[in-house]
Amino acid sequence: MFKIFEPSKIFQITSKAPKYILFLFVIVLTVGLTEALILSPEDYKQSDAVRIMYVHVPSAWISLGIFSSITFLSISGFIFKNKNFFLIAKSLAPSGFVFNIIALVTGAIWGKPTWGTWWAWDARITSMLILALFFAMYLVAWRIYEKEQKVFKITTFITVVGIINVPITKYSVDWWNTLHQPASINILTKSSIHSSMLFPLLLMTAAFALFSLLIFLMKYNTELIKIKNKGLDRL
Amino acid sequence: MINELLFMNGYAVYVMSAFGFTLLSFLGLYMITKLQFVKEQSKFVAKFGSLNPEKANSAKTQRINKEILANATNN
Repeated sequence: MFKIFEPSKIFQITSKAPKYILFLFVIVLTVGLTEALILSPEDYKQSDAVRIMYVHVPSAWISLGIFSSITFLSISGFIFKNKNFFLIAKSLAPSGFVFNIIALVTGAIWGKPTWGTWWAWDARITSMLILALFFAMYLVAWRIYEKEQKVFKITTFITVVGIINVPITKYSVDWWNTLHQPASINILTKSSIHSSMLFPLLLMTAAFALFSLLIFLMKYNTELIKIKNKGLDRL
Repeated sequence: MINELLFMNGYAVYVMSAFGFTLLSFLGLYMITKLQFVKEQSKFVAKFGSLNPEKANSAKTQRINKEILANATNN
């Protein structure tokens, strides 16, 4: 059923893809930065501080998306007894963690001129910090445990517990009175963001998604070569 | 126009720090990932080179091993 996920078949694609993804990433990022820093208008309330949103929001979206994907892949790995799912999940984690840190740091930088403080123990910010801790635990678990079955169980446990935090992060601004403003973009209803700001936001999201794909592919190739190195030792 | 861009109504220091931190994080993550990849690839090539011809031929029957070697020589 999962023959398409065989490492030898995947490696044929993943080994060649990074250079094209890198090229595309540089182009989209350049256009995105021009839009975000120069062409897009300032906000009537936040003035030019709104430009920070073009790195903060995509980072938060991508880190939440990656954590959800890792959880889905880990559970699938268990259900279908497929090691490759775990390998894909492991390769996604570093970029998810870095995007989470970027979201926290850029959020703090935005908070200072807008709220007058770098940090507040607000529901959205705190739940994003908790997500970063889950990412860290997940990455550390892969480093600490050597036995395959044990690391599969522990990392899956971490993601299953951590995924509870994802809807809390998403809906925290609706469930509690927070400093953090509610979502401006909604897929199901009309977004409150103007198209002149939505365009650079989507461009930057595309650039960040391409970057996480690039890191994923490089990390996945490294993991496959690591396995093959162990295989050569056994010959 | 350039002054406006550089000053950003007094928010330039915040905006540039946020973008700078993001781009530096990208560069750092890319460099670390690339270094790890190159290290494992070099290890593979060295190990493959130390195999006797019989074992090397047997290892070469696996398509993925051939791909890794081909990529290593292309890089």
